[in-house]
Amino acid sequence: MDLFDLFSFLKKKEPSSGTVAKDRLKLVLVHDRVNCSSQVLEMLKGDIIKVISNYMEIDEDELDINITQTRSEDNSGTVPVLYANIPIKSMRRNAN
Amino acid sequence: MGEVIVITSGKGGVGKTTTSANLGCGLAISGKKVALVDADIGLRNLDVVMGLENRIVYDLVDVVEGKCRLKQALIKDKRYAGLYLLPAAQTRDKDAVSPEQMQKLCENLKEEEFDYIIIDCPAGIEQGFKNAIAGADRALVVTTPEVSAVRDADRIIGLLEANELTNPSLILNRVRPDMVDRGDMMSLDDVTEILAIDIIGVVPDDESIVVQTNKGEPAVTVENSKAGQAYRNITQRILGNDVPFMEFKQEETFMNKLKKLFHKG
Repeated sequence: MDLFDLFSFLKKKEPSSGTVAKDRLKLVLVHDRVNCSSQVLEMLKGDIIKVISNYMEIDEDELDINITQTRSEDNSGTVPVLYANIPIKSMRRNAN
Repeated sequence: MGEVIVITSGKGGVGKTTTSANLGCGLAISGKKVALVDADIGLRNLDVVMGLENRIVYDLVDVVEGKCRLKQALIKDKRYAGLYLLPAAQTRDKDAVSPEQMQKLCENLKEEEFDYIIIDCPAGIEQGFKNAIAGADRALVVTTPEVSAVRDADRIIGLLEANELTNPSLILNRVRPDMVDRGDMMSLDDVTEILAIDIIGVVPDDESIVVQTNKGEPAVTVENSKAGQAYRNITQRILGNDVPFMEFKQEETFMNKLKKLFHKG
């Protein structure tokens, strides 16, 4: 390594390992706390696709289901939320 | 009426026993009558950390099984007035004691007019943990700023709350201020943000802990030890005194200043 790392500004700045640790922990704890494995999440995803497909055609590849955190309504801390982003391709005509 | 404080962590090797020894010793120096209880049955260590390993006659299991009286098993530390140790059994396992028996033991210790009963909890979340927390009024969770230790601390906090030990306090151990400054270690703020519990102390990584453990004398007794000072502060906070958190100022060397000038980091 050169003495003062003069050319470091030319390199793409990587996040510090402390930040990486914090971000990884946050994610892993969300799953730990709700006790929901990725396997359960996959099953949930499959079921959601099945139900929604009865009414509309959705883009299964772009479908995104995750558990994240949000501030609780009384602002006393964070609560886990199930987040689903489901792009619709078209409505099914015979839905009703 | 005495208070039973359990020192726990989930993960092993983060400093539960060292913390127990230092806080017990610190409270005794502050004039309190303290019982240190080693609940790590089968892997006893608080005795060697305290330098009392040669004085064990009876242990916790002997007391619970009625083989001796509580007073016979309590080792009086001759260096610090009011400090006693109840050692763990070395040749038994965690199943030798039940949570109900631990609860009874804590009550009996309170009757002996101890101001504080510090329980050194074993690592893990199984029987030993359940025993250690059974008689506790309050819990202190020890962690280090590493992903594994913080993750386990989160799990422990959940289990403590499920067992009606709400509002545990956190001790962040083995902090390296130079690494935090560089961004290569999670800071106190990072860890409290993640765990969302009250903080009762931050202990810097300090060679004096190793040196003092080698000698069997807790660092809290050493005037110029940084970790010792951190433990003295935690002792005061346990006693209900408001003490400001330590500042870990890095001594800036000439080279570091130069680097900063060039680096703009």
